[in-house]
Amino acid sequence: CVNDLDVLPIDPSMDTSDKVYDSQEALYQGLTKIYAGFAVSGQKGPSGNGDLGGFDEGHSQYWRGYFVCQELPTDECVNGWGDGTLPTVSQMTWTSSQEHIRQFYYRALYQVSLVNEFIRQAKSNASAEWTAVPQYVAEARFLRALAYWHALDLFGNGIPFVTENDAIGSTLPNPAGKDERGPELFNYIESELLAIVGDTDDDTYVLLDPRKGMVGQADKAAAWMLLAKLYLNHGVYLAKVDNAYYTKARNYLNKVINEGGYRLIDATDAVDGDVYNVYEYLFLADNYRCNSEIIYSINCDGLNSQTYGATTYIINAAVGGEMNKADYGCGSWGGNRTTKALVNKFDNGDIRALWFTNGQSLEITKQDQFTHGYAVVKFKNMTRDGKPGGNATSEFADVDVPVFRLADAYLMAAEVDLRLEGTVSSANLNNLKKITDRAGVTFPTTVDLNYILDERARELYWECHRRTDLIRFGKFTSRDYVWPLKGGDLNGKAVDKKYNLMPIPSTDVMANTNLKQNTDY
Amino acid sequence: RVSDAANGDPMPGVTVVVKGTTNGTITTPDGTYSMQVADSDVLLFSFIGFKNQEVNVAGQSVINIQLKSDNIGMEEVVVIGYGVSKKKDLTGSVQTISAKDFNQGAITSPQQLMNGKVAGVQITDGGGAPGSKSTIRVRGGSSLKASNDPLIIVDGVPMDNSDVSGMSNPLSVVNPNDIETFTVLKDASATAIYGSRASNGVILITTKKGKGTDIHVDYTGNVSVNTPTKMVDVLDAGEYSELLKQKFPANAGLMGSASTDWQKEIYKTTTSTDHSIAIAGNVKKVMPFRASVGYNNSNGILDQSQMQRTTGSLNLNPSFFKDHLRINASMKGMLLKNNFSNTDAIGDAISMDPTQAVTGDAYEPFGGYFAWADSQGNPNANAPMNPRARIDQKRNRSTVNRFIGNFQADYKFHFLPELRANLNVGTDVSTGEDDGGVQNALGAAWDVPAYARGGAYNTYLQKKKNELLDFYLQYTKDLPDYKSRFDVMGGYSWQHFWKQEETQSFYNDPLDPDADHVRDPYKMTKSENYLVSFFGRANYVYDDRYYVTFTLRNDGSSRFSDENRWGLFPSLALAWNVKGENFLTDNSTVSNMKLRLGYGVTGQQDIGNDYGYFGVYTAGETTAAYVYYKEVNGSYQRVLVNTLRPEGYDANLKWEETVTYNAGIDYGFFNDRLYGALDVYLRKTNDLLNEIPVPAGANLENVLTTNVGNLENKGVEFSVNGVLIKSTDLTWELGANVTFNENEITKLTRVDDLNYVGVANGDISGGTGNMIKIHQVGQPVGSFFVYEQVYGQDGRPIEGVYVDRDVDGEITTADMYVAGNPSPKVMLGINTSLNYKNWDFSLSGRANLGMKVYNNIASNAGYFNRMQTSGQYLGNLNSDVFNTGFFTPQYFSDYYVKNASFFRLDNVTLGYRFKDLMSSKMNMRVYATVNNVFVLTDYDGIDPEVSDGIDRNIYPRPRTFLLGVSVSF
Repeated sequence: CVNDLDVLPIDPSMDTSDKVYDSQEALYQGLTKIYAGFAVSGQKGPSGNGDLGGFDEGHSQYWRGYFVCQELPTDECVNGWGDGTLPTVSQMTWTSSQEHIRQFYYRALYQVSLVNEFIRQAKSNASAEWTAVPQYVAEARFLRALAYWHALDLFGNGIPFVTENDAIGSTLPNPAGKDERGPELFNYIESELLAIVGDTDDDTYVLLDPRKGMVGQADKAAAWMLLAKLYLNHGVYLAKVDNAYYTKARNYLNKVINEGGYRLIDATDAVDGDVYNVYEYLFLADNYRCNSEIIYSINCDGLNSQTYGATTYIINAAVGGEMNKADYGCGSWGGNRTTKALVNKFDNGDIRALWFTNGQSLEITKQDQFTHGYAVVKFKNMTRDGKPGGNATSEFADVDVPVFRLADAYLMAAEVDLRLEGTVSSANLNNLKKITDRAGVTFPTTVDLNYILDERARELYWECHRRTDLIRFGKFTSRDYVWPLKGGDLNGKAVDKKYNLMPIPSTDVMANTNLKQNTDY
Repeated sequence: RVSDAANGDPMPGVTVVVKGTTNGTITTPDGTYSMQVADSDVLLFSFIGFKNQEVNVAGQSVINIQLKSDNIGMEEVVVIGYGVSKKKDLTGSVQTISAKDFNQGAITSPQQLMNGKVAGVQITDGGGAPGSKSTIRVRGGSSLKASNDPLIIVDGVPMDNSDVSGMSNPLSVVNPNDIETFTVLKDASATAIYGSRASNGVILITTKKGKGTDIHVDYTGNVSVNTPTKMVDVLDAGEYSELLKQKFPANAGLMGSASTDWQKEIYKTTTSTDHSIAIAGNVKKVMPFRASVGYNNSNGILDQSQMQRTTGSLNLNPSFFKDHLRINASMKGMLLKNNFSNTDAIGDAISMDPTQAVTGDAYEPFGGYFAWADSQGNPNANAPMNPRARIDQKRNRSTVNRFIGNFQADYKFHFLPELRANLNVGTDVSTGEDDGGVQNALGAAWDVPAYARGGAYNTYLQKKKNELLDFYLQYTKDLPDYKSRFDVMGGYSWQHFWKQEETQSFYNDPLDPDADHVRDPYKMTKSENYLVSFFGRANYVYDDRYYVTFTLRNDGSSRFSDENRWGLFPSLALAWNVKGENFLTDNSTVSNMKLRLGYGVTGQQDIGNDYGYFGVYTAGETTAAYVYYKEVNGSYQRVLVNTLRPEGYDANLKWEETVTYNAGIDYGFFNDRLYGALDVYLRKTNDLLNEIPVPAGANLENVLTTNVGNLENKGVEFSVNGVLIKSTDLTWELGANVTFNENEITKLTRVDDLNYVGVANGDISGGTGNMIKIHQVGQPVGSFFVYEQVYGQDGRPIEGVYVDRDVDGEITTADMYVAGNPSPKVMLGINTSLNYKNWDFSLSGRANLGMKVYNNIASNAGYFNRMQTSGQYLGNLNSDVFNTGFFTPQYFSDYYVKNASFFRLDNVTLGYRFKDLMSSKMNMRVYATVNNVFVLTDYDGIDPEVSDGIDRNIYPRPRTFLLGVSVSF
């Protein structure tokens, strides 16, 4: 009877690892969990069996947390919900116990842990006949590099560093490096990406060529974009500019632009019955059809990937006031809107200026009032022909998150030119003009870095690039550039430069004595 | 003539034999007997449940005998873990409450019978819903994450503490009228025999058994009226309208013209009834039995809430081979039908705009009920929902069947009567079925997803099966030559807990209301765990003055890995019967005086996860899958892939251990007219099972249940009972108990860190993810963690202005502080009974002092902006807004942390007893009881007694007026 104490799960939906990975398909489900980890918050959907504990499950979704960190503290978005200390994010007065920042930190490192576990299991369980497994491993490594890059960008080089070589629960992870701005994590992400795009000696684990996989699957172009992002921001991460990295960025951007087979969505994509403009196509319920421009997306689905995060959050939180939620195929949570600093960057006739203004004031005098600031209707859970997404009645969105897209690559390539040579090459100028042509505005006579930063806001707002961009241009904390609510001031004011890095959550500094808090937190 | 030593009543059916022969007879109904004997014979008198007695005939022609009782349930014998003990031999802190001391009135749950009666035991019912669950805490909780519920053992079968679906109170299976005694084992020397489940105390429940020879019939029945007592103070239509026009004139157009008191719309006065009938006796003098049937129909004050419960029980306790083999077979069955109504209506009734009518012609799409709609005519999901519609349009029912049965055989060896073997096998099976939802396509605007789907419906089925096998041997020996007595017991126990849950939801297709129900995927989960134990106990008594008890239990749980699976739980107790010493034996004032000292280690393994120590994979549901698209020639195919998630685990998970020290004194004066006990205790829980942040990246979870942290409870318990007047016609008894308990977290992290704030907990209504409590080192468990409010000269709180406690010029989370906690520092229980001739009068009440409650009802509705959050709908306010004047919510102000000390008069009863009615054998008592008579408190919410200290959406406790009758013949 003492032997009864050795139990194995009797639940049909639970199994131990040696039993569960009995086929290549099962391994693919394990890999898909990593993809899904960017799109949903748990195993039940929309909530009920969350990946992370101790948080409201909706808040703990990856892209929702990333949006809070990348957009709320910028000129592109304001939120005043009374959810814990969320208002301090828009005010840039957060502390190391800010729970939404903490959520994203744990979510990002959770994704890393998932990848580590997957690689361990794939290597120990896979049979030689499962020929797709090396490519699965490469995809998992891309997703780990992506999560690590987000974490590096937000929290710096002092975050815990774990790979597939660290067993579960055995030790306290060490920080990637001892300095918050240092080369260790940067170098690791770079080496991982170089390996999986086949640019090192070891080409065992290589991604598919651009556009050879499914929409939502990471391919070489996604990794090239991530390499370019890493190189472009190297000056921030390494606290030192080295032009060699800009050259490397140029190299990979050129691969994206010239070898990827991508093109911007434009008038040629429009057909009769479409009720939105071509720029809007990129942010609609059927935007999987934009895979000629979107290089890598986190796929969302209102029926089969239910969550209170991702684009469901981006859309629902942006609808309120006098807006009719049926026009956006979603619910209305009334939280996120934008500041005049963004609105005023647009010329008249720019089709990208997607605001709802009835009952909304441009000026913000109260952070907690949704009607203060223009509502943003860029993301909509509607298909091109004006029908709501598949589960609009339950208010879950089908809109895929465009993580990387070609327009971003064009803008980055031009920025690299400016940083290396001071001028933009004619090919890249031509590409920039494609962006303004699509937007329906005149191309400027001169293109400088200020133009690039503003044009990035116009083209890419609410796509989670803004905080990184402002920091790269030295405008995130400084008095060079202020916007309403920066520093908690309605007119905006400079904040301490420590805010260029998010704090490592106090819970982890406590739990892991190897870690060191970022400067001045 | 043979009579009962306790009361002098004649004893029929007593066996009288000439010792050493088979010559004998049995006493007649009046207790007399006659038989031919020789002068040299020795007569042996025996009767089940009484001590045998031998008498030398020695020429006597009339031999009158008084037999002394010797059985479970009798005054001086107390049920303990795996056996019984004479009360005077107890070495631990043990308290028994028997039927005559139970609380009276409209009592549907066994827990309420003993509320306020036992020092150190706090019982909080979950509100006024019929059959609601009571939370029991013995000497404060000993755990943060793991269960704090005591182990409850009914007739030898340990209950699984987790809920049975559809049944709010797992103990409902026992009809309160069937209960004979509660025995509360409080300190570790008493509980350690239950090892890994004993850290929160043990409550042993025994049910009534057949005795005597005649057939007895007992009927009790009552009818009660339940009335709401206090409503939440919200704005009425007039106040609301005036305020809205003044503060938000732009939204005045949204108002209606009615005047609705939404709370009155959902609460009503109801009546409940309870009947139970029991037959007890002895079939052919070999089969003592008791059978009972009970029916309870409780109607709650929230409209439509109802519980109908039918219980049946049968106890058989025959003995064979001249009492060498005693059998105890016990069966309890229950059929429960619940209508939960829709308790969400409670919250909506206090936030719904009072100027709106309940129904109206314009609301036909919503079934005629008023609802806030958006410009497209769809219900607004963010708005308060019509509480009346919530109740009328939702079905929320459950049906639960439960059976507990056990068979216990106790065999006293023929060749060695000092040795007993005891075997106990039992089972506890239940099925709980819930079903509810919006069945048809007609609109239920309060459930927006269901509305959109044309009705949605869920069923849920839970099956549970717990099995038990216990076996022990006990050897008892008297050594009169050495003035010594000892008994040694050793045994084995095996338990298996199994459960399965199935859910199924379906809905109508919104586009085709005539279509069959569309089904969501069927879901099923299963889990099980095992406990295997070896245990033993040794008692030694010297000269009835010095007592030593040692117990040891070795528990194995399937919830932990091989290395940590087994836990050893020892205890030691010493007692000194001071009364037995020369200097006190002849003292007429002191009738009892015993000192007790105890030490013991107990454990906790109820961590809620059966597979916490090894890695498993969980398949994702199809609502949490991932969709890829395959592009083929410009068209896109959906490719749906389900996921597999590796779960985090802690391979080193192990028991939580609580070490308890207890010192006590039992006293009795004036021939025990005044008696009671005083205990002091210290309980230290180590290796707390706690959900803590895991170092990021180290595991597959960010929080994990693991062993870290220490917790301390210390306290004093004192009880006193007195018979103040005792004469032929008049008896007045008074009992009181008081408990002081202090609880402190002493460690929370692996590494001590002064900067560590603690673990936030206690979700509140308002915002998402806001938590008002904290587990912090140096503070009680679950303390309120808030900002200190600044008040203006007019004494009103200033909105958003808090004390800068760390004086850094900024208000940050570093300024938050602990402002009290929800655990009472002092608990008092008082009860008294007065008997005059045939009249009886009793009352009992409780006070909890020194605890705080967070008034979430006020904090979430006591600010002006709530009237018009979006301009699309209106919401009512809590009248507290006039005290604060807040415009925006100030959830974290200590203004809302309120003193919740209270005294509640739980019940008052007046009864009259008709003796020897009609025939000489029939007794009848009629009585009237008021329950929840009044509450004295400063707290301004509706009720200060809130089990987790966060006051929101509580089902109000009714005041109950009851008329009852009990008849026995």
